[in-house]
Amino acid sequence: MTEIATSPAQELTELALRVREHIIGMSTEGGCFIGASLSCADLIVYLYKEVLSVSPDRVGDPNRDYLLLSKGHDVPALYGTLAELGFMDRERLKNHLKTSDSIYWHPNRNVAGIEFHSGSLGHLLSVAIGIALDIKMRNGSNRVFVILGDGELNEGTIWEGLLVASALKLDNLIAIVDRNEFQANIRTEELIPLEPLEPKFRAFGAEVKTVDGHDFASLREGFANIPYAPGKPTAIIAKTVRGKGLPSIERRADRWFVNFNKDEIAMLLQELHGTAKATLTSETLMVR
Amino acid sequence: MNYEEKLWELAQTDERIVVMTAENRAAIRNLPSKLGSRFIDVGIAEQTMIGAAAGLALRGRIPLTHALATFLTLRAFEFVRTDVGIPNLPVKLVGGVPGFLSDGNGPTHQAIEDVSLMRGIPNMQVVCPADHDELVSALPKIIESNAPCYIRYNAFPASVVHREPFELGKAEILSDGEDVTLLTYGFLVREVWKAKEILEAAKRSVRVVNLRSLKPIDEKAILKAARETSLLVTVEDHFLIGGLFSIMSEIFVRNGVSRRVLPIALEERWFKPALLADVLVHEGFTGEQLAQKVLRALG
Repeated sequence: MTEIATSPAQELTELALRVREHIIGMSTEGGCFIGASLSCADLIVYLYKEVLSVSPDRVGDPNRDYLLLSKGHDVPALYGTLAELGFMDRERLKNHLKTSDSIYWHPNRNVAGIEFHSGSLGHLLSVAIGIALDIKMRNGSNRVFVILGDGELNEGTIWEGLLVASALKLDNLIAIVDRNEFQANIRTEELIPLEPLEPKFRAFGAEVKTVDGHDFASLREGFANIPYAPGKPTAIIAKTVRGKGLPSIERRADRWFVNFNKDEIAMLLQELHGTAKATLTSETLMVR
Repeated sequence: MNYEEKLWELAQTDERIVVMTAENRAAIRNLPSKLGSRFIDVGIAEQTMIGAAAGLALRGRIPLTHALATFLTLRAFEFVRTDVGIPNLPVKLVGGVPGFLSDGNGPTHQAIEDVSLMRGIPNMQVVCPADHDELVSALPKIIESNAPCYIRYNAFPASVVHREPFELGKAEILSDGEDVTLLTYGFLVREVWKAKEILEAAKRSVRVVNLRSLKPIDEKAILKAARETSLLVTVEDHFLIGGLFSIMSEIFVRNGVSRRVLPIALEERWFKPALLADVLVHEGFTGEQLAQKVLRALG
């Protein structure tokens, strides 16, 4: 069975804060998808510290748990977490977008600890199905977690995959939705409404819970006792805030992808620590 | 030994082999009971099948995925390219009823850009067996290779007496000749062989090259034919763009070779849906019609 360590909430909070510092650090000199990274940060930190059976010395261990980022844009949160937990040197984050390394806007396997590449939406649920299936075939007890964006739920392959995961009774598969209510520059409910979302997952054969994706106690409750039902895949809808931790970009449709200047970065770091409010002047990237 | 028997034989000694299908069991009907959990039918979900195959391959499996060629290479294309191609995983794509073999299904089912699509993916191999014997003899080599591979599935009875064992990237020279070389792949080897006999009766010396695998391709055999025969004819149930004719053009340009080539393919059109024998007549691909085209070109 998986050993679940229980870190004090303070430790998790501090780790998440450091991960957010890394995310801010990657939002300059080319920038990154900061909004989605910040909405996912607490979730990814929680998974690595409390849920996943993984460690830097077990990167290739077939008995490890798997975490796949299907939405991909949130990878700075994963880079930051991997750096903090010793999967890579913190210094390496400075290589963001450098041709000398492979730390770019979407996940890829050249970074130890990252299981698969993504970028095209709607892919990794199916890849997760294959991994989960092989684990079942070998009678393994490890699990496969896949983080989906809520915008990504527009993709038909997510629903196709859920049908297949249910048919194959993959109760070692856990789909987590980063429900930050935005897709690129628009609110999900204004474009392709997803609500009511829980019943959709249930209708496709998963057992579902909704949690607060920024509250460690709520996450603890959500990830306790998975699978929720034997023989069924698990879906966890993590309600999150895009840009969480930086009030000046929280829930801002235009602060999806950003490339801040050095002054803004300094201000945002202060804002993260609650010491000053940032004034942002950089251009925004709008695709809608 | 047929395709599924061979597959079963290989699977018995190689635990890595898993057989997948998107609800298309025509070629693997007897395998579910034999393979147990190593047989996976995902239903009509080609994209999910390919993504899952990538996941299985990440865990050390060699998935052989089965679906109609058109849905495997078109519906699931981005999954093939992104989840199998980018990480270069040993997923094998077995495309059913490719080219003319889709008979009367119509253009939705006509995989006649499959070679073009699959060969454009880095490291993807493309194997086009002439008949059932060639398919069965190719299977161990395809599985042995660690690369992703697209197989234009063809289980027609032996079309010719094969002269050489199957090797990836090695063409089979079915006959030697000096006037003209007929180059083809897949089930059309049968018609090309008939054409060769007609041409020989008309006192022409004909070389027949069965390409077998289009990627890797036997560049040497093609360049040798270009040196030794004055006319080359490509025969394929594929769009003119992207198939054997395109491949040969690339080889010739890269090698500074200029040769007269008569391409016989589907030029900017889909073919008339009908039973295979009637399709061949309608589209001008019977041995007799091919021979006439070659004779006209030879003058």
